[in-house]
Formats: sequence, C-alpha cells, structure tokens
Amino acid sequence: MLDFQTQLLEAKDIRFGPIDHEAHPAVESRWTHDAEFMRLMDLSPARPLSPALVKKKYEAIEKQMDEDKNLFYFTIRAREDDRLIGKAMIEWISWNNGNGWLRLGIGEADCRGKGYGSQALSMLLRFAFAELNLFRVSAALAEYNEAALGLVHKFSFVEETRRREGLYRDDRRWDLTCHGLLHSEWEQRLAKGGAA
Amino acid sequence: MTDIFRGELIRLTSEEPQTVAAAFARWGRDSEFNRLLDFDPARAWSEKKWKEFLEKDLDPDQNHSYFFHVRELVEDKLIGFVGLSPIWAHGNAWVGIGFGERDYWGKGYGTDAMRLALRFAFMELNLHRVTLDVFEYNPRAIRSYEKAGFREEGRRRQMLLRNGRRWDEIEMGILREEWLKLNGK
Repeated sequence: MLDFQTQLLEAKDIRFGPIDHEAHPAVESRWTHDAEFMRLMDLSPARPLSPALVKKKYEAIEKQMDEDKNLFYFTIRAREDDRLIGKAMIEWISWNNGNGWLRLGIGEADCRGKGYGSQALSMLLRFAFAELNLFRVSAALAEYNEAALGLVHKFSFVEETRRREGLYRDDRRWDLTCHGLLHSEWEQRLAKGGAA
Repeated sequence: MTDIFRGELIRLTSEEPQTVAAAFARWGRDSEFNRLLDFDPARAWSEKKWKEFLEKDLDPDQNHSYFFHVRELVEDKLIGFVGLSPIWAHGNAWVGIGFGERDYWGKGYGTDAMRLALRFAFMELNLHRVTLDVFEYNPRAIRSYEKAGFREEGRRRQMLLRNGRRWDEIEMGILREEWLKLNGK
C-alpha cells in the first residue's frame, strides 16, 4: 500500500511552500544585500536586487516551471509561523537520463546553524527520488563553501568532478566541486537509518 | 600576426542562417551525431525552425557566445561548428564542438578545430581556463580532446541512460598555464 500519509513537504522545524508574490519580494531583496549569502548561493556575480526585481524573478521562475517542466522550486518556511527563511530547488532536470541539480540556501541569518539546511536537503532528496523518480542528483559547490560541503558529505554525496580554478573571487582562484548521489545510495542510507 | 581563424585542415567562419539551417537539418537526422553531441533526446527540427533559432543565435548582438562554423580547406566544405561560451567573471568558458559530416570523423579535423578554439580562448579572449563535457561512449572525442591538451577532471557517475545502459559524463578542462606550456609560450 502506497504511503500517501507521509507529507513530502513537511519536516520537523520547516516546510516547503509556494512563492508568496506579495510578501516574499521584500524578504528576498534583503537577502540579496547579504554579499556572503549571495556568493555562497550563486556563482554569477553578486548583485543586490530591489523587491520589484525579485518579483520579476519569481514570475520568471513560475513561468519556467510551467513551460519547461524541468524546475521544481520551493520556498522554505519556518513551521512555527510560516515565515520565509530560505529556498530550495531541483533545476535543469534531464528527464530522459534521470538527473537533477539541487540548490538550497537559508537566507535568514538568524536561522542558520540550526539544522534547517539539513532538514531541507533531506526533503529535497525524498522529493527527487520518491516523487520525481530521478536516478541521481548533482550539486555544484565552491571549494570555499564549507558548510554546504559538510552537509552533502553527511548525506553521503560523492565528489565526482573538480573544476580546477573554475572560480575567481577576492583575487583568488578556487575549485568548483560537483557532487553526486545515486538513488540506490540514498536508499541504502535510509535502510541503515542514516540522515534521510 | 598569426591567422587565428586558420588551422592546418580547417578554417573558422561565420555563415548565413540559411546555409547553416540546411546543414543542421541534415545532420539532425543522424541520431548517432545527436547522441554524441547532446544528452537531450534527439529530435528532427525542420530547416525553417533551425533558421529561426539561428537568426537569433548567430547574431553577436543577441548571443554573447563565440560561435564559429568550420570549413575544411581543400573543397571549402562546411563540416561542423565549434563554440565558446565565456563566464567572464571567473575567466572560464564552456566549449562545444560538433562535426555533422561523417566523412570527416576520425581524421584530425576536430582536433584542429579544437586547437583553434583553445588558441582563441587564451590568446584572444584571454581566459583562465576552458571546460567541456563528453560522454563515456565517445572515446574518439575524448582522445581528440586529450590531444588538444585537455585533462579529465572527474566523472558524473552513470549520468546518461542510452539503450538501457548507464554511462558516465566526463568533465575535462585545460588551464591557461597548461596551454601556454604545451604551445611553447
């Protein structure tokens, strides 16, 4: 019997939800002024975005989800008050090969270091494998993103490629590492009772 | 000065959308070519649709990648393309190459074109590195890239599903300093 009762978008302290086009632009605009967050979340040059620009980006995201069908985008909410604290997505899905690229970030500074990223990754993996039926997932991380590297390591991702000196920031060259996790590896991990 | 658009076997050109559309529509009917080039499913686009894509794609004002067509030097026949997409902030570029004319496979034309693309990347665009992806089932391309100076930087395990079998996607790269050394500079 299929376990319909398990809520795919609910975790202990957080949940995944849709974009709120009225309330969220101001919050995410604030995150885009956090240079450190931007440089961890994105490889393209960091730039602050006004709420109006964030609003336009949200519209483009939902348009892509609707038309290209290769993107699943979630806002991360705090369970206690449903406020926006981060975002998580599976992008560039290749349906014929069964791969998707994962990306997530906790934008609210006071919500970091509480295990929310771990809960979000756990939900994202369950969604990728149990709902989208992907064969594998990938994640690209800058060599300097130690928190994220620790997180994917905890979930048994394997470092698969290392783009030598692929990033140039603060006058230093850094490697861009790519990590992969197979569906079968995720299942083995669940069976052993590891971090889901 | 060096003619950066001319190699030993081929030259790099810019072509009219109509010319390229006809070639791409013909090459697109070769599913093996498609499977070597791209991990999306093969589809047979019409010449008209290709022309619409290309009118935008070949216009440098609308497309900021450096896309060249490849003509061989003996009969001046259009045999393929090679393109660089720079990520300026990081000094990296993706390179993509495809030769639709099968008579020119395995004879050094692709390696010659890739060598020109690398010289262009390092001596004209002044990049720091160049990156490409290639599929495990394409050993001819891997050998050609190695000859041009690329080295493997890792494998995305079992990334591709073709004919019911899983294959790795291989990432390769070359740094500016490696290219300079290789070319005696």
